[in-house]
Amino acid sequence: MNALAARRRHPAAIALLILVGLLVTGAAYAALAPKPAQASTVSADQVEQGKKLFQANCSTCHGLGAEGTKDGPSLAGVGAAAVDFQVGTGRMPMTRPDVQAPRKEEVLFDEKEIAAMAAYVASLAPGPAVPDAEYTDGEKGDPAKGGELFRVNCAMCHNASGAGGALTRGKYAPSLRNISGEHIYEAMVTGPQSMPVFNDSNVSPESKRDIIAFLHTVDKQEKVGGMTLGNLGPVSEGLFIWVFGLGIMIGFAVWLGQKSA
Amino acid sequence: MSTTAHTASGADRLRANDPEPSTPVGGGMRKVGGVAGWVDDRTGAAKGVGYLMKKVFPDHWSFMLGEVAMYSMIICLLTGAFLTFWFVPSAGQVVYDGSYLPLKGVTMSEAYRSTLDISFDIRGGLIIRQIHHWAALLFIVAINVHMMRVFFTGAFRKPRELNWVLGAQLSMLALVEGFAGYSLPDDLLSGTGLRAAEGFMRSVPVVGSYLSYFVFNGPFPGESIIPRLYAVHVLLLPAILVGLFTVHIVLVALQKHTQYPGPGRTNDNVVGFPVMPVYAAKAGGFFFIVFGVVALMSALVTINPIWAYGPYDPSPVTAGSQPDWYMGFADGALRLLPGFLEFTAFGFTFSFNVMIGAILLIPVMYGLITLYPFLEEWVTGDKREHHLLDRPRNNPTRTGIGMAGIAAYCVLMFAAGNDIMAIKLHLSINDITMMLRALFFVLPPVVFWITKRICLSLQRRDRDLVLHGRETGRIIRTAEGRFYEQHEPLDPYTRWNMVQHEQHRPLELESGVDENGVAAPNARSQRLRAKVSQFYFKDRVEPVSPAELEAAHHDGHHVEAIEHQEPGGAPLVEVASSPSTDNADATESDRQGH
Amino acid sequence: MNEHGTEHGGQVAQPGPEGFGREAVRLDQGHIVGTGGLPERFDNPGFPPHIPRAADLDERAAKRAEKQVATLFGLSMLGTLVFIVAYFAIPMENRVFIPGIGLANLSNVVLGVSLAFGLLGIGIGAVHWAKTLMPDEEMVEERHPLRSSDEARGGFVKTVLTGGTEAQLDRRPLIKYSLGGALGLFALPVVLQVAGSLGPLPKDELSKTMWKKGDRLVRDPELTPVKATDVTIGSVFHILPESIKDSEHVLEDKAKAAVLLMRLEPEAIKVAKERDWGHDGIVAYSKICTHVGCPVGLYEQQTHHLLCPCHQSTFDVTQDCKVIFGPAKRPLPQLKITVDAEGYLVADAPFREAVGPSFWERG
Repeated sequence: MNALAARRRHPAAIALLILVGLLVTGAAYAALAPKPAQASTVSADQVEQGKKLFQANCSTCHGLGAEGTKDGPSLAGVGAAAVDFQVGTGRMPMTRPDVQAPRKEEVLFDEKEIAAMAAYVASLAPGPAVPDAEYTDGEKGDPAKGGELFRVNCAMCHNASGAGGALTRGKYAPSLRNISGEHIYEAMVTGPQSMPVFNDSNVSPESKRDIIAFLHTVDKQEKVGGMTLGNLGPVSEGLFIWVFGLGIMIGFAVWLGQKSA
Repeated sequence: MSTTAHTASGADRLRANDPEPSTPVGGGMRKVGGVAGWVDDRTGAAKGVGYLMKKVFPDHWSFMLGEVAMYSMIICLLTGAFLTFWFVPSAGQVVYDGSYLPLKGVTMSEAYRSTLDISFDIRGGLIIRQIHHWAALLFIVAINVHMMRVFFTGAFRKPRELNWVLGAQLSMLALVEGFAGYSLPDDLLSGTGLRAAEGFMRSVPVVGSYLSYFVFNGPFPGESIIPRLYAVHVLLLPAILVGLFTVHIVLVALQKHTQYPGPGRTNDNVVGFPVMPVYAAKAGGFFFIVFGVVALMSALVTINPIWAYGPYDPSPVTAGSQPDWYMGFADGALRLLPGFLEFTAFGFTFSFNVMIGAILLIPVMYGLITLYPFLEEWVTGDKREHHLLDRPRNNPTRTGIGMAGIAAYCVLMFAAGNDIMAIKLHLSINDITMMLRALFFVLPPVVFWITKRICLSLQRRDRDLVLHGRETGRIIRTAEGRFYEQHEPLDPYTRWNMVQHEQHRPLELESGVDENGVAAPNARSQRLRAKVSQFYFKDRVEPVSPAELEAAHHDGHHVEAIEHQEPGGAPLVEVASSPSTDNADATESDRQGH
Repeated sequence: MNEHGTEHGGQVAQPGPEGFGREAVRLDQGHIVGTGGLPERFDNPGFPPHIPRAADLDERAAKRAEKQVATLFGLSMLGTLVFIVAYFAIPMENRVFIPGIGLANLSNVVLGVSLAFGLLGIGIGAVHWAKTLMPDEEMVEERHPLRSSDEARGGFVKTVLTGGTEAQLDRRPLIKYSLGGALGLFALPVVLQVAGSLGPLPKDELSKTMWKKGDRLVRDPELTPVKATDVTIGSVFHILPESIKDSEHVLEDKAKAAVLLMRLEPEAIKVAKERDWGHDGIVAYSKICTHVGCPVGLYEQQTHHLLCPCHQSTFDVTQDCKVIFGPAKRPLPQLKITVDAEGYLVADAPFREAVGPSFWERG
């Protein structure tokens, strides 16, 4: 009898056999299973790393297999673009369930980690991919055409200058000031939370680039007449004239009527 | 000159006792005299203008609010005239080719394009446009605050009821003028407002659709609304505003300005400063100040950035669609009025949800405002001329009614900004709307009651101050070892402000029947009158009379020990003093320093 | 409550032989009007002593004030000069970073600030001059009752009545009545011109839009047709009828024909008619709010609510756009759609009811 056979009734033998079986089937699967349809260079490692990050940070609300729970929807089909957007703008992970996930300055993950999680989610089901840099560069777009598209499709929620607007029940469309072209594109194509989906057959990639160009032009230009008071329109202008306009006038009137020293 | 008499020699001594020559008149003054003479030769105006120059105006900052309104209107007229040189009031479609790149190649109306040109391609155009719009906003702010001042001080009483009526009409016309003005550029925001206006017209029963087609000359938007609004804004309303406003200030000059009560001021005089030279300088200077402040605001703060909204199109709309602030109360009413107020009956649609806020609110509100002086006259039965103003606290019911009205107005105005409040304060817009709906009914009575109570308390405080004097913070120890705070009686000038007013009494109800038992024809209205009069004047605080003050002097308690404190008299033994209460009327012991 | 009306209760004290005078009186006895020894009300004390200003007393202070006023006027001149120079010197396109504002239009800022200085210099200077150097002794102007004397009034009445008699109005009622008629009617042509020609009659135009059966749905503003397969769940498309390309009144037609296209899961739709009039979960509704006509564009993808930004009317797309919040009453009209042979979405029928805000004869 050889040494291995002599130890076949060792207590650890069963455990070792299962482990070997798992490794073998796992390796076989990894070698033989069909790759996802995305053309991007996603490696199995990336998906694996993404899955781990997902399970550590996202599964509480989205389920272990991203199938969704009462606190968070299923992520099957949202695509890498959604992950890149949500995590990249700090919206995800949400600190607590709420009507809306606000954008946060502090992004918890670096680019590699975000790409990994995106790869994992993309591997679940086909969905929008991270857009090509060709279409997210505002410099190449036409801001005038973008403005027309923006006013028809976006201004009713986000305000004509992208200053943001209210939705029902405490939800809101956020301000679009100083957002990267990539994130703008991804938001349009994935329709985060209340925002509708503007897929590439609704608003073509060139049109999306025009919209990005428009928003970036507004970023650079918006103070043409002076302080904009938040670009919120007549409400802030009215507040300003009552507080400062009237206040200054009354100040001068009081001074005018006082006896001089 | 007399010194020369001593040192002069010879012939000069002969002239030593000549009368002093009068001050030589400078060349400039001679010219003015010349021109004035030429005009007077032809008009006899010297007497009139001389009289006007000597007119006296009382000095109080709250009297300048009407001036702010007047000067803002003049600024609008000036800058508006400039704008008409470049603005094109046409809805004809053109393609933009100016210097604002985000709109290059976009199809828009001529009106919008010309406004963009004014803003970006004409030197000084943007500053003139911004001055025009900021001055317009300030105009209506000043009108409202001026109206509130006139209301709370009772300046609308006889003989000024007519001026109040004129002012109310001016105020309403100013709203329409502003609406027409900001709709002229035909941008997305104001165009959405015009779209809503068309919906308002439709809601009028029977003639609604006809009204809409007549005003817009066909289906909305049509090509006529911009030129028509231009005629209204540039020609019709300015003419009416200037005309009514001229009558308004002529009446002020004729009836002379009211004044706050004070020492030396009576109902039969006006105390203040004459037009020449003081008021000419102050009021004239104030015009430049108003203009300068508006110019500064226009240099530093954007207003109505029409380039950001884009040209009007019925398909897009911007979040945060509000009219200019002065239309906010009507827009807010539309947001709060619930949908169930619209119903169909007999095959016709009654849209009260729109009509109440859009069509009825402004006339009803201004109607109530216009009628108020007559209501008060009915309630007080007071037919005397009033030239001394009321302190608001001395008429608590009127002040309370005014505050309640302002509360209701503010609820509506804030309702127009409900979506801005929702995003800035992180609230639900639905909750804000529901709360404001409730507040519209709950807040005014609460505000009325609180204001009235505050006024009555302030009156009692005034009484207290007169009767017991000012607490000086100085403590006196008597020989027996008791401690009192020394009170200083008010000097007669300060005291006068608190005792000069008269309190109205509720009207007594005369017997509703004559000696034969026949009911008087107006018995019911007289009963109502007495009831309302009771509501107004039942709770009142009378001003202190000399007898009461004398009684307070002799009031048994030594606590105030007022009788020992004629101003300048010495107190009893002084123990401690707080330096901060020293003032010009300090008693001798203070000056001895402790 | 005694007739003097304060809220203190108690007896009204009776005056002693010399009236109230110097006797101790309890202050809780209501408002007491003195009858002897003391006046009923306080007298007006007259003007308080005049306090002279520094410039009245001290020639140096006056000179200082003069210098201050002159400086202010000088500042004004400086401001005006800067305005004139800047008007020509600063090009309109210049953008400069100004702290507190950002990238601002330099011409606007400089022109405005210099103009402000130019004006404020004069204004503040003039007021300061008045306050420090012009007389500040208060003057008194007497008022006279505004009412004319009885004599004048009588004269006025007499003149009017005499005029009436001299015109023989009372003797000649025919003149009176016909004058009334003529004056009453003469203004009517003016009114008629305005009312009669201000605009055309609406007839039934408010009840009709340009949508016809077979009209393709095209995107706004690109005007390209939409395939059913382009519309994914959660999408919203802003739609116009294809025939708008041939319209001569584009904005007027758009104001009635604008449509919003959405796709929901068919199970989410709760009303059968809505499902029938849609296509496989794709539904089309009028975009014109039934409140006062703003475009209802805010589609909340997850709640399936449509929100109008003007007055917050909210429509539930799963319930045939019924109003669930806000001031609107009627639901948004639905456009019946189907697909044509090539898979493009087309209208299957015109709108079955009037779109937009309600009006009287809408029914």
